[in-house]
Amino acid sequence: MNIPVRHATAATKLAIVDCDIHPAFRKPSDLYPFLPAQWREHMITFGEHLRQGLSGQLAWPRMSASGLRVDAFPEDGPPGSNLDLMRRQHLDANGVEVGMLMQLSKGGMEERNLEFAAALSHAINEWQLETFVKPEPRLRAGIVVPQEDAAFAVKEIEHRAPDPSFSQIIISPRSSDPLGHRRYWPIFEAAQRCNRPIALHVQGFSGGHASTASGWPTYYMEEHYAATTGMQNTLTSLVFEGVFERFPKLKIVLVEGGFAWAPALCWRMDKHWDRLRVETPHVKRPPSEYVREHVWFTTQPIEEPDNAQHLAEVIDWLGWDRLMFSTDYPHWDFDDPQHTFKFAMTEAQKAKVFRDNAKALYGLP
Amino acid sequence: MQVPIKGAIDCDLHPAPPGAEALLPYLDEYWRDQLVDRHIARYSFNLTSYPPNSPLSARPDWRQKSGLPGGDLDMIRRQALDPFGSRIAICNVLHGAIALFNEDMAMALSSAINDWVAKELLDREPRLRASILVPVHNPAHAVAEIERVAADKRFVQVLLFAMGDMLLGRRPYWPIYTVAKKHDLAVAIHAGSTYRHAPMASGWSAHRVEDYVAQSAAFESQLLSFLAEGVFQEFPSLRLVLSESGFTWLPNLLWRTSKSWRGMRAEVPWIDRSPGEIIREHVRVTLQPVDSPPGDTATLLRTLEHIGSDRMLLFSTDYPHWQFDGDAVLPDGLSNEMVRRILIDNPLETYPRLQDGVQISDNAASKKEAVR
Amino acid sequence: MKRQVVARAVEVAPGHCKIVNVNGREIGVFNLNGEYFALANRCPHEGGPLCQGKIIALVQSDGPGNYRLARHQEFLRCPWHGWEFEIRTGQSWCDPKSTRARQFQVKVESGETLVKGPYVAETFPVSVEEDYLVVET
Repeated sequence: MNIPVRHATAATKLAIVDCDIHPAFRKPSDLYPFLPAQWREHMITFGEHLRQGLSGQLAWPRMSASGLRVDAFPEDGPPGSNLDLMRRQHLDANGVEVGMLMQLSKGGMEERNLEFAAALSHAINEWQLETFVKPEPRLRAGIVVPQEDAAFAVKEIEHRAPDPSFSQIIISPRSSDPLGHRRYWPIFEAAQRCNRPIALHVQGFSGGHASTASGWPTYYMEEHYAATTGMQNTLTSLVFEGVFERFPKLKIVLVEGGFAWAPALCWRMDKHWDRLRVETPHVKRPPSEYVREHVWFTTQPIEEPDNAQHLAEVIDWLGWDRLMFSTDYPHWDFDDPQHTFKFAMTEAQKAKVFRDNAKALYGLP
Repeated sequence: MQVPIKGAIDCDLHPAPPGAEALLPYLDEYWRDQLVDRHIARYSFNLTSYPPNSPLSARPDWRQKSGLPGGDLDMIRRQALDPFGSRIAICNVLHGAIALFNEDMAMALSSAINDWVAKELLDREPRLRASILVPVHNPAHAVAEIERVAADKRFVQVLLFAMGDMLLGRRPYWPIYTVAKKHDLAVAIHAGSTYRHAPMASGWSAHRVEDYVAQSAAFESQLLSFLAEGVFQEFPSLRLVLSESGFTWLPNLLWRTSKSWRGMRAEVPWIDRSPGEIIREHVRVTLQPVDSPPGDTATLLRTLEHIGSDRMLLFSTDYPHWQFDGDAVLPDGLSNEMVRRILIDNPLETYPRLQDGVQISDNAASKKEAVR
Repeated sequence: MKRQVVARAVEVAPGHCKIVNVNGREIGVFNLNGEYFALANRCPHEGGPLCQGKIIALVQSDGPGNYRLARHQEFLRCPWHGWEFEIRTGQSWCDPKSTRARQFQVKVESGETLVKGPYVAETFPVSVEEDYLVVET
C-alpha cells in the first residue's frame, strides 16, 4: 500500500490538464481596484451578506490550516495567492499544461444583495484575468456569475464569451432552488449559445437551504460528505426538469463532488423514472443516458477503496470519457497526479483522464 | 428470481394506515372531541411522500377496487405473505400523524395507531410484527410511547423517517436510542419526509420522482450523522435498519467516510475504527428497491462485492409499493448462501425480538428444504 | 548502509524537526524528549512532504463529546490529508483493514488501543556521536 518512490511517471510526462485550481487574494483589498467606488465602499462597510451566522469564516471550521496545504503558504499571503509559488510548486512540478481556475468566493454566487453580486461577479472575472491568466498562459479563468440573477448572469456570460481565456461558466450548485428550475434556464441557454460548459464546484456557503434534507449537520466530517449528496440532488434536478432535453448541447462539469456515487444514482434515477414516467413525459430517455452525454466529473477527492480495483469497476460503468483529472491545489485534500490512482491504468485511460477528456470538452489545442 | 425456500422474514410491509374514524375508539375523549369537532377525522393523513394513486404507491394488481392498497388483511395474506412463503412480516404503517406540528396531537394519534395495529393486524394474523410509530419531534413523547408499547413483543422496532426536522444522530434524540436498547428494539429509518426542510440541499424539487430519488441522499446524511455523532459508540448494541432506502449507494459512502476519517479523526475522536467497519457491523438495509441496471446481474453482484458484507441486506417486499413485477422479488444471480442470509439469517440477527417467536425446529426444517 | 552526519545535535531541539538532505533524499530528523528519530520526508499515502507537517499530540476520547490529548509531540500530521503518523515508528494511525470487532472501551491509556494502519513512513536509524546526529540510509 505504501507508494514506491518514482522519479518520473507517465503522468508527469503526459503534461496534464488540471481541472480544479484555486487562486486566492493576497489580501482582501486586492479585489478593490476592480470594483466601482460605490461597491468598494459597500464591501468595506458591510462585507458580503451570506446565509450563515458567522462573518468572514465558515461555521464548520476546516481541519488544519483552514483546509489548506501547510506546505503551500507563500511568505506574503495565503496558499494560491502567489503565482510564482503556484508555478514552482504545482504547474511546473506536476507538468500542468493547462489549469482551470475555480474562484470560489467573492464572485457573488452566494451574495444575497443581487446588485452587489453583479458587481462582485464582474470584478472577480477581471481579477482572474489580470492577476493570473494574463501573466500565466497555462491558466484559464471561469466566468463566475450569480446564478440567482439570471438576467445579469446572461449579460456577463455574453460579455466574456469572446475571450477564449474564459473556458467555462462557474455557478454554485448550492442554489436557492434546485438548478433544474426554469428560472435558471436563461443561463443554460447562454452557456449553450456561447459554447461553454458550466462548472458546478462544491460551495461552502448555502443558497438558503440546509445542507441535508433533515437540517444542518453538526460536524465538518458530515458537512464534507454533504458536498456529494448535494451534487446528487443537483444532478437529479437537472435530469428530471428536462434541462438536458431542452438544451441538448449543454455540458455540465461537477467539480470536487466525487464521482463514485454517480453509477448508483444513475441506476436509481433510471428505475424510478421508468416507474413514474407519467409524471415526467418531458424526460424522454433514461436519466443515465443524459448523464453519460452531458456530465463530466473531476476526480479529486479520489475515492480509496481497500481494493483499488473496485474503483476501476465504477469508472468502467460510468465511462472513461467522463472523468477529468483535478488536484484542488492548494487545498488539503490535494491529489498528486503521480499517486492518485492506485490501480493499473492503460495508457489510453491515463491519456483520457489526465488530459484528453478535458482538451476535448474545453476545446483546448 | 422467486423466493426459493420457505420461512422468509419480510422486513418492510405496508398495511394501509387506518382512517381517522377508525382511530376514534383508541383515543381519549378530549382527542375524540377534537378530531370530530374540528373535522380532523374527515382527513386521510396521507403522507405527501406517498400519493395513493401514484404508480409507486401500489402495483396495479395489488390495488383494491375500493379502499386503500394494503387495506385488506386477506389481500395482504394472499399477495404479500403466501406467495413468498414468508413466515414473518414487519409492518411499517406510514401514517401522517407524525407530520403534525402539534406534538401532543401527534403523540395521541401515534399511540392510537400503535394500538390499532396491535388489535387489527397483529392479533388477527400471527405472522405479522410491527414498528412503533412515534412523534420523533418530541423525544420525550417518543420515549414514553416506546415504554408504553414495548411490553408487546410483537413490536420489534422503532419507526423514524429519513427526512425530518433534525438529523437523527443528534444528541437530543439519544433518549430514544436508550429506551430502544433497553427493550431490545431495533431502530428503523424509513423513506419518507415530514418536509420540515426542503428535500434537496438546494431546495424544493418540482417532481415526486425527484423527491423519491432524493431519499437515498437523505439516508446517506442520516448515516453520516449517526457515525459522526458517535451513536454507535454510545449504543454499541444498536442495530440501525434503513428501510426502502436503496443500497447500491453504500460502497461510495463506505469508501469516502473511511478515507475522510483518517484526516478528520481529531474532530470526532470517539470514532475508534474505520467507518466502513462500524457501518458494516451496525447498519442493515432492506432489499427493496433494488436500484441496479435491469437485466444486468453482473453489475449488481459487483456492487454487492464492493459493499463487502453479506450481513447487511434484509429481505423485503415493500408491499404494496411497486418495486418489482410478479414474484421476482429477489435479484438474479445470488448464491444459495446469500439468498438464505437475506431471507432469514440477517433478519434474525438484526431483530432480537424475532428470535423469541422462532422455534429451533423451524430453522432446521427450512435449512433442509431443497432450493427450488 | 551509508552513515552520514546530518546536523549537530543541538540544532534539533526537543519537539522540533530538521529536514536534511542525504544523498538526494529529504529526511526529517526529530527530537522526542532527547531521543532522535528520522523519517523520509515523503508520506506513504500520496507522497506529500510529511516532515513539514505539524508535530502533534494524539487526540483521544472516552466517548462522544469527550476530548483529551496524550503522547504530546510524539505524532506527525501530514500537511496534505492530515493523516497521523507515529514519529518513533513511522506507523500511520488509522487502519482501514482492522479485523477487531470489539466494542469501544471507556479507559484508553496510552493510545495503543487505536488500530494501527498499513501505511508506514520510511524510517532511518539515528545515532548521536559526540555532538553530531548520524543517519543511516
